[in-house]
Amino acid sequence: MTMLTRILPALAGALALAACGGQPEGRDTSDFDRDYQAVLHEALLDAQPGDVIEIPAGRFAFERGLSLSGVSGVTIRGAGMDETILSFAGQRQGAEGLLVSNSDNFTIENLAVEDTAGDAIKITGADGVVIRGVRVEWTRGPSAENGAYGLYPVLSRNVLIEDSVAIGASDAGIYVGQSETIIVRNNRAEYNVAGIEIENSNNADVYGNVAVNNTGGILVFNMPNLPRPGSGTRVFDNDVHENNTANFGHRGTPVANVPAGTGILINANDDVEIFNNRLRNNRTAHVIISSGYSSGFSDLGVSDDFDPYPERIHVHSNSYEGGGNNPDNMELQALRIMKFGPTGRLPPVFWDGYVNPNRLVDGALPDALRICVTDADVLNADGPNGYADPQVGREAFDCAHEPRPAVVLD
Amino acid sequence: MLRAPAFLAAVTLALAACEPAPEGGAPQPDFIAEGRPLSLDDWGQIARRGDRLALGEAVTAYDLNTALFSDHALKLRTVWIPDGAGPAQYHERAVFEFPVGTVITKTFFYPAAPGGFDHVSDEGALGDHFDGAALDLNGVRLIETRVLARRASGWEALPYLWNEAQTEAVLARTGAILDLTLISAAAPARGFPYAVPDVNQCAACHITDARDGAVRPIGPAARHLNRDFAYAHGPANQLAHWTETGLLDGAPEPEAAPRAARWDGELTLTGAALDAAARAYLDINCAHCHSRTGPARTSGLYLEPWEPDGPNLGRCKPPIAAGRGTGGRLHSIVPGDSAQSIFVYRMETERVSAMMPELGRSVTDPAGTALIAAWIDAMAGGCG
Repeated sequence: MTMLTRILPALAGALALAACGGQPEGRDTSDFDRDYQAVLHEALLDAQPGDVIEIPAGRFAFERGLSLSGVSGVTIRGAGMDETILSFAGQRQGAEGLLVSNSDNFTIENLAVEDTAGDAIKITGADGVVIRGVRVEWTRGPSAENGAYGLYPVLSRNVLIEDSVAIGASDAGIYVGQSETIIVRNNRAEYNVAGIEIENSNNADVYGNVAVNNTGGILVFNMPNLPRPGSGTRVFDNDVHENNTANFGHRGTPVANVPAGTGILINANDDVEIFNNRLRNNRTAHVIISSGYSSGFSDLGVSDDFDPYPERIHVHSNSYEGGGNNPDNMELQALRIMKFGPTGRLPPVFWDGYVNPNRLVDGALPDALRICVTDADVLNADGPNGYADPQVGREAFDCAHEPRPAVVLD
Repeated sequence: MLRAPAFLAAVTLALAACEPAPEGGAPQPDFIAEGRPLSLDDWGQIARRGDRLALGEAVTAYDLNTALFSDHALKLRTVWIPDGAGPAQYHERAVFEFPVGTVITKTFFYPAAPGGFDHVSDEGALGDHFDGAALDLNGVRLIETRVLARRASGWEALPYLWNEAQTEAVLARTGAILDLTLISAAAPARGFPYAVPDVNQCAACHITDARDGAVRPIGPAARHLNRDFAYAHGPANQLAHWTETGLLDGAPEPEAAPRAARWDGELTLTGAALDAAARAYLDINCAHCHSRTGPARTSGLYLEPWEPDGPNLGRCKPPIAAGRGTGGRLHSIVPGDSAQSIFVYRMETERVSAMMPELGRSVTDPAGTALIAAWIDAMAGGCG
């Protein structure tokens, strides 16, 4: 890769690592049951294929990470996300609250995991994941002290996350990475750096969710140096509003570059359809479409096969209200005032302006690769020219792609 | 619980029922094909005899060129293959292929330190306590012994925790946390939680190829074993000794086998010796997860010794899912600048949510961290 400008880092710069000073306390767990942890620990070690591990209503404290390894068809079931609470506030060991590895057809439902040191629930290498009615939360609120990911299936197939809640993750509340055939629906993500993130994954549907008060609501990302480039995501029928929380991600993480006030962000991902969402009051932009050139990567640190360009993007039929009025970036703020006046708003959709020069035919991208936006004005930031001449328009984006098919779990 | 052969089981039970006899014969090793033996003595690989922890008959102790850091614990490793089960098959890169019946153990212990039973020292080496046949238990605190048994269905990992009397290690499937105090010449005394892994956590490191999800040993590979060991009869190269005693088949002469650098903590290395020591350290401490098939392949960071330089080895690589593990740094390795490299932060920190390795240590390895820092600082370039 050649010159890498850094719009996303620049965007987020002022407010990165804002969460300093006195940390609020999380939930007091002094009266939690400390004996049950051994019971659940042994149940997970003894789990046989097809077992249902029922966790009763109650408040339970854990000091070590739990794990399930190599057992298929296990269900972990509580009595409800507000009735069965597993607190890891006193965790002394383990990078996750629960780590599930190499265990196909895994289900976890109706419980809460709180205040883990690192990730809350990580599931790796599974064919068949159901997360239903689970709450993951860092109870002190947004803080750099919080763990990174809430619900975290990775390297998996046939992933369903529904009716769940993620609050306070210092990276992504709901994060599906390096996976395929994914449905994330009817969840609530709030006060995370990223509410919901689909990264290096294929064939994902994200719908019916509420993403509110995150730094960025819903992200569709591709990162370099991984075996699997992601593509093929639909984001529709979501409520994405007031995602204006100051970025409290850790410097260096991909999401630390997300500006506060981002509704939906596509970064370096292809074949993404965004429609029928209700976007309100996201103060930087309701939709950001950006390339790997905006991610601040070192050109020495990106494998040659990485495709940094977002292509075949279709944004249509969304509703936009408010927002764009106070972007989390000084240059954008200046641009807003210059182009739209002191009380004006940036357009709902922001694009960094990078296209793959090797794909151009007669100076234009082929129709199949274009960025199509038919429901709003687009701010083209003119990144390739050093942001010299940002333009607002619609005509250049007036196109459409075939609707993506619905995801069907095997 | 099934045992085979039956007469050995009887012997084992008889031994287990007694107080350790100072003049008892060598422990009789046993392969237990099923079940979860409750006592380490059931396996007969190592057992207390008086004030010594004796190797079972025909049990071979071994050591690695560069070893995994485990909170400064010293380790006694053993391997045993039953008569007739056949030798292990040599591989140049992969861990040797051991036959059904093989039992591998690793005993974690510390030199005792003044202050009480839970005070342990960060000094010394295996050879200070082990004479080739037995571990002298005077001035030693035994912590745990991990057993890897090659059963018909695959390797099984079982952790055993030594009792306070230090007479017996009993199965601890759920692991344990022991609150110890580390006494060091280099730093003030400090408490730390020593974590004995549960059986699933054993698998977290020992499932080195997520494609088949099988538990495997990590250490017994050619490059780690290719060194001399002080046997009771004198020093010998381990590959040659294993071949001679029928443990191993197919190995070339040691000079023709790969060999990882033997690094015992020296910090004055430069050039190729520094590079070799750093790669050996990353290999044994990280690459069981950070490989193209391991559990940490999610990160795109691969640390096996044959991984070429580039982003996947960490050079200027942005983190994928590090969370607070970035330490606020942008790249895994910034050539020439260890203080800005995530590698070093992850090795320095003792936060469970950020440290590497994720399991197996509670305290920082100061020498290992200094080694990797020196390796990074010796690189040219920066990240632009």
